[in-house]
Amino acid sequence: MENSTVEKEYIGDEELELGLGLSLGNASGEKGAAAYGNGGRILTAKDFPNGFACGTKRERAQKSASSSDPAALRQVVGWPPIRSYRMNSLLSQAKASNVAGEDDESSKKKMNHGGHLGFVKVNMDGLPIGRKLDLNAHKTYQTLAKALEEMFFSPSPHSRGGKEQTVKLLDGSSEFVLTYEDKEGDWMLVGDVPWGMFLNTVKRLRIMRTSEANGLVGWVKQVPLRHPVGFPSLNLGHLIRADGVEHGSHVRV
Amino acid sequence: MAYSFPEEVLEHVFSFLSSDRDRNAVSLVCKSWYDIERWCRRRIFVGNCYAVSPEMVIRRFPELRAVEMKGKPHFADFNLVPEGWGAYAYPWIAAMAEAYPFLEEIKLKRMVVTDDTLELISKSCKNFKLLVLTSCEGFTTDGLASIAANCRHLRELDLRESEVEELSGHWLSHFPDSCTSLVSLNISCLGSEVSFSILERLVARSPNLRTLRLNRAVPLERLANLIRRAPQLVELGTGAYSAEIRSDTFSNLADAFSACKQLKALSGFWDVVPSYLPAMYSVCSGITSLNLSYAAIPSTDLVKLISQCQNLQRLWVMDYIEDSGLDVLAASCKDLQELRVFPSDPFGAEPNVSLTEQGLVSVSEGCPKLESVLYFCRQMSNAALIAIAKNRPNFIRFRLCIIDPQAPDYLTLEPLDAGFGAIVEKCKELRRLSMTGLLTDRVFKYIGSHAKKLEMLSIAFAGDSDLGLHHVLSGCDSLRKLEIRDCPFGDKALLANAAKLETMRSLWMSSCSVSFGACKLLAQKMPRLNVEVIDERGPPDSRPESCSVERVYVYRTVASRQRLDMPDFVWTLDEDSSLRYS
Repeated sequence: MENSTVEKEYIGDEELELGLGLSLGNASGEKGAAAYGNGGRILTAKDFPNGFACGTKRERAQKSASSSDPAALRQVVGWPPIRSYRMNSLLSQAKASNVAGEDDESSKKKMNHGGHLGFVKVNMDGLPIGRKLDLNAHKTYQTLAKALEEMFFSPSPHSRGGKEQTVKLLDGSSEFVLTYEDKEGDWMLVGDVPWGMFLNTVKRLRIMRTSEANGLVGWVKQVPLRHPVGFPSLNLGHLIRADGVEHGSHVRV
Repeated sequence: MAYSFPEEVLEHVFSFLSSDRDRNAVSLVCKSWYDIERWCRRRIFVGNCYAVSPEMVIRRFPELRAVEMKGKPHFADFNLVPEGWGAYAYPWIAAMAEAYPFLEEIKLKRMVVTDDTLELISKSCKNFKLLVLTSCEGFTTDGLASIAANCRHLRELDLRESEVEELSGHWLSHFPDSCTSLVSLNISCLGSEVSFSILERLVARSPNLRTLRLNRAVPLERLANLIRRAPQLVELGTGAYSAEIRSDTFSNLADAFSACKQLKALSGFWDVVPSYLPAMYSVCSGITSLNLSYAAIPSTDLVKLISQCQNLQRLWVMDYIEDSGLDVLAASCKDLQELRVFPSDPFGAEPNVSLTEQGLVSVSEGCPKLESVLYFCRQMSNAALIAIAKNRPNFIRFRLCIIDPQAPDYLTLEPLDAGFGAIVEKCKELRRLSMTGLLTDRVFKYIGSHAKKLEMLSIAFAGDSDLGLHHVLSGCDSLRKLEIRDCPFGDKALLANAAKLETMRSLWMSSCSVSFGACKLLAQKMPRLNVEVIDERGPPDSRPESCSVERVYVYRTVASRQRLDMPDFVWTLDEDSSLRYS
């Protein structure tokens, strides 16, 4: 979104010169405070001849925010500024009216989460600090994966992941896979069940090293001509999901 | 002291002073007035729980009966404050439960309240009457059960939009049969069912019940019975407002409503079935406050209801009302003071309803008493804002949220500086402003020059340079709270206006360009400010000092700057300016 050219005539000579100093006596009505004495010197660009690049998320957020693409808007935390209480209520009403064939039980279960239905914790192997992600801001696995990829594998040099290449979490090509803990406490690979079912059962997410994920199993459709909705590189063999209802238990190898 | 009044006389005079400002002024007159006043102060309001310590409060005011307190900064509502930041109620309650055995009222906002905290209140304060928890979290229905069971004289239990872990719906049954004192009960934030028969019996034995806000799980079929038991209700929040269309359900409901001659406020209305709305028509002429912000129904149905409410003063509604509905509102409700319009589909690619800036212009034209607005929309123009400002110079609160936060004037593609400039210029009593849209430093110049009564300002994705922030900090004489996200504001303006920060409650800046070095300098030079660097990337001194911090939260405090409950992503500076974290 382009800025129109804004005449900067308001920066005149009469404007206050913003020195890089600490001015303690500026606020009106303040008792006269001593000017800063032997205070520190504020660092300026001159101190960093090699420049500095400390990523804030602002640039990325601004880019997201300035595009009118709503999918990009979802990436921006806390925008639009609607309290999560209201957002969850809105979404649970929408779900209740959209979802066909779901009985009252599961609708009620959704409501039982109270305030913060949408936000789940996300941890990544190797990083001590987790994040929270609003699942309700997503309607597909693709947007979810993209959001996580941006959150944890952003190209900014000081991002927590430290990785600079784009990482695809859902196609099994990277050294990380996306897993989730379901209501029963089991860890599953993300992507195998319909989105709505996933939302209903997910408790939290974990970006796991592929090497560690070998113990997990996902449901893999036996559809030879198409990519399974799972992790092809994990070579799990074929576990056929019964049509419709989930039969059997997931197997830990 | 030959001419001084006896203490009792002064105390009696002071008892007529309810505002904190007046009482604070009185206590500055002389030492004896300070002493008399502090012994007879019964209510306090602490706007920031970290601005003062419990011990200091107790030392100064030994006989409090009512405490109101706020914790997390406002932007915590939008998940901008990481979990675990703080605002724990327990240390306050623990100290006060001991010091004030006669404590009657506790109101907390955005604080973490545990079951232990609730149990402590219920067991220590024998005369406890009122508990209001707004946007709080950390407790379960077990905590509520303690309150219900032990507070024999409970009048108000209000859980506004708090996040409660619901272990069981039976906590309500802990109200003893002898409890007949309830005046206000708000459980609208609870997701699960509570026992209807327990609820009915509770309502039936509470003759003073004025406010009853049910939760969504209370079905419409049950509503009539509840209302019938409380025809004296002044405020009612329904549960889900839907049922199979049956004439007996309808007539039951209509009859029950018609018995409520004092009803002034209605809310709830989840899952509305429009055919049941006419059941309420008999009370509409008395309604002054209507919260339809969860009612997903078309404009025609909303309008039919609203046009019955000629005395409406406050309306909260979703954008389903559309411009056409707002036109009707403007024509019918001449007493309207507050309007909030919420988005029904904030992430939709295309607008799903026809709600534009025009609706707000209409209402500003038609409603002469309109003073408070929160409006979500998808497009705005300078012309509209200028018209709104001209129509309605009596705005006190003006909060506009354009879904695309950097949207320009959709007609001219210019920034919205002129529009918001007109708002602050014309609305001389403006106390609260939130802006969105494409905004340059110029709008901040207007704000600094004109918004002299502005107390709270929220800015997002706006401005070009430090000059913007400087205009605000140097110009807004009444500023108390400033919250900024994703703006190119940095060190210069902050440091040049350091002293200003001590005249404010707090400043929040996230995803801006404030360097760690500047934070350190600010903390060093302003010992009565707590400068909290909230950064989840690890210790700030592991990066160059010129590196921007993720978030900085600056607030004035007379308590120690080293709060003991800091999580590992919050850093403040120690006296010797070394980095400190718990």
